[in-house]
Amino acid sequence: MLNYIIKRIGIAIPTLLILIAVTFYLMHAAPGGPFTSEKPLPPQVLANIEAKYGLDQPIWRQMTTYLWGILTEFDFGPSYKYHSRTVNEIIGQGFPITLKYGFWSFVVAISVGISLGAIAAIRKNTWVDYFAVGVSIGAQVLPNFVMAPLLIIVFTLWLGWLPGGGWHGGDWEYLVMPVIALSTSYMASIARITRSSMLEVLNANYIRTARAKGLPTKTIFFRHVFKPSLLPVISYLGPAFVGLITGSVLIDIFFSTGGMGYFFVNAAFNRDYAVMMGITILVGALTILFSLIVDLLYAWIDPKIRY
Amino acid sequence: MNYLPKSLAVGFVLATFAASSVFAAGTHPVTGEALADDQTFTYSLLDEFTTADPQMVEDVSGSYFVRDLFEGLMNQDADGNLIPGVATGYTTNDAKDVYTFTLRDNARWSDGNPVTAHDFVYSWRRLADPATASPYSWFADIMALENVGAVMSGESSPEALGIRALDNHTLEVRLTASLPYFAAMTTHASTFPSPQWTVRTFGDNWTKPGNIVGNGAYVLTEHIPNETATRERNTMYWNNDATIIDKVVTLVINDENTDFTRWEAGETDKGAIPSGQYPRLKAEYPDEAISFPRLCTYYMTFNLSPSGPEAFKDVRVRQALSYALDRSVVTDKVLQGGQIQAFTFTPGATAGFEVPAVAFGQMSQDERNAKAKELMAAAGYGPDNPLKFEYMYNTSEGHKKIAIAAQQMWKETLGAEATLANQEWKTFLKTRGGQNFDVARGGWCGDYNEASTFLDLMTTPSGYNDGKFSNAEVDELMTSARTMSDATSNYTRVEEIMANEMPIIPVYHYTGVFMLRSNLKGWPFNNVEQNVYSRDLYKVAD
Repeated sequence: MLNYIIKRIGIAIPTLLILIAVTFYLMHAAPGGPFTSEKPLPPQVLANIEAKYGLDQPIWRQMTTYLWGILTEFDFGPSYKYHSRTVNEIIGQGFPITLKYGFWSFVVAISVGISLGAIAAIRKNTWVDYFAVGVSIGAQVLPNFVMAPLLIIVFTLWLGWLPGGGWHGGDWEYLVMPVIALSTSYMASIARITRSSMLEVLNANYIRTARAKGLPTKTIFFRHVFKPSLLPVISYLGPAFVGLITGSVLIDIFFSTGGMGYFFVNAAFNRDYAVMMGITILVGALTILFSLIVDLLYAWIDPKIRY
Repeated sequence: MNYLPKSLAVGFVLATFAASSVFAAGTHPVTGEALADDQTFTYSLLDEFTTADPQMVEDVSGSYFVRDLFEGLMNQDADGNLIPGVATGYTTNDAKDVYTFTLRDNARWSDGNPVTAHDFVYSWRRLADPATASPYSWFADIMALENVGAVMSGESSPEALGIRALDNHTLEVRLTASLPYFAAMTTHASTFPSPQWTVRTFGDNWTKPGNIVGNGAYVLTEHIPNETATRERNTMYWNNDATIIDKVVTLVINDENTDFTRWEAGETDKGAIPSGQYPRLKAEYPDEAISFPRLCTYYMTFNLSPSGPEAFKDVRVRQALSYALDRSVVTDKVLQGGQIQAFTFTPGATAGFEVPAVAFGQMSQDERNAKAKELMAAAGYGPDNPLKFEYMYNTSEGHKKIAIAAQQMWKETLGAEATLANQEWKTFLKTRGGQNFDVARGGWCGDYNEASTFLDLMTTPSGYNDGKFSNAEVDELMTSARTMSDATSNYTRVEEIMANEMPIIPVYHYTGVFMLRSNLKGWPFNNVEQNVYSRDLYKVAD
């Protein structure tokens, strides 16, 4: 097991380096730069700015300087757009926000999604099943860019219960709408996956055996059905978790949460190279980390899997 | 411990009391209106402002912060007229290339230090210094400060710049050109003073709350990027007694529909009007849905460079496309925000210039369409030989709607086949700047309130002339306009030439549209540059 983990980390480093190199190249290949604007800067001004940020150096040189800064000082560089802020500060500010609403969305999506899926599977082809499936399909087809403004209209404008946006350090009333908007589609997917995998397990031979033995339904469900039917859910959860905690640009736009998603997308439009790079590295590293965690969870759940 | 004489102490206490409480539940000193108890002004920003550093700021929302947190030599009033700021006034020589500003002696920084001429010397040098690498250092260049080119290129040290302090309260500026409007340029945020000691101590972090020291009516007390920023009354400001708004709060709301919903929910005093919603909101909130002319023009530019299409070298084709575009459809059907149809490049709102009534602007649309058909036929295009070209715009729903409308009108009236193409903003700028287009969208907002801020774009050497229009008479007229005390006749002539030559299709002049709470007063609608100072605003009691 330990060997396996070490091997996976060994692969992660070149993977990240390739990610950095490709992103760096693509970023600079996009037309325009951080200082391209409608009113073009005089050549002298542009030269001064590029010299300050080292953008006058060849690409490979910029990349090695950048990597060196990360390795030696954990410095991800300055933002070219927000002059007084560094990438470390931007991520340091945005990531905890994203992490918080992402984490709660994850909790809500799992708990509601799995319960809904399980209930639907157990009460297959009854009104409970139809209701659960209906809810999850409804949640799936309602995209969050429709959901978010609707929530604001209902809870802020009509009912006046919740503030229309902002973060305020993540007080619960600022958290409710982002979490609902972000979690619904994940919740729906989890419910559907849980339902179908649980139905499959319920029809398996060993469950029939358990029933034949006369085990109580409760025991059958919790001891023999629940764990194996979570396997496909878990393979979905790894990437879903990374997706949730690395931010949703739509949530940030509609609820003014100040999370990382908006910075990421904006950095691409602004050609804010260092911000784009920094967030890419973070998301890349988290993706690698969580796919490792998912693989380890597999081994825990399914005794047939050994590393 | 120092003891104040008793009478002085009492007077001081009373004065402080009067200064701080007279407006709290009182009346406006000029208009006599009853003021609201809570003088907090909250407005939304579509995007986070880039910085509050006067020498680094380049965006409109950042400049508004800078105007509140710092004060330059001169200010503008609600109509855009020049009024004293830190300077009480100025004198200039006959050649208008040496300006001497007299600074008030009661101006203070928020940490109590006096504001002196040396602060301006430091800041203007900082603007031009290549080490600062300011994206707005070109402003020092257009101010024509002596030796600015050499300083910016690093050949001379910043000390060589044509600005010096004759004493603590006298500032002398030397220019390489005669600029009659120079004093007006000192209302621009780039020219505002920065506190040298604070910049030295905190480096790039000097504008953060807690570090920042300013000489404006407000200080930045809180800033959570991409969420909110708060500026509060600076008690050290020399004219603090006249300030009514105590606190200004910004909320970043990236979506204009949400922005409006939150205004409707009462979270903000000023919010966005989603595009196309103005007529509906005007009916619903007649006093609060605002539309007023801006100093901006939306236009389409022909590529007249050698790489441009051959067809556009024929002036008749350019005229026909311009005539056939029914501006009223764009303003009244597509945009519906009170925008003004454009037939000239310079907006009518520009100060000191009566925009000429160019001939094609006087015709009815039917007449224009008929004329356009004639011109097109004369140029050799018809049903069996249709004109084909591509119209390029930067990706946006609004531009797309206008492009589709134009495409339809060109098709119906002239049989011309325009294909539409769009590119993401920075890619679009590269494409347009590299003359890789047939017809491209353009939008221009004046940097200052004078016609040359628009018309200079049409001169051959202009770096912003992406269509590469070149006309010797226009160049000549604009050059001579610089030193004329009244250049109106030149500007009129340039607009007439443009109406004939049609290097661009002017489409409409922008309006500012937003929701503004009816109890918030003092918004400078007549200041077309929209240089707003929060200290001029106030809230009346409901």
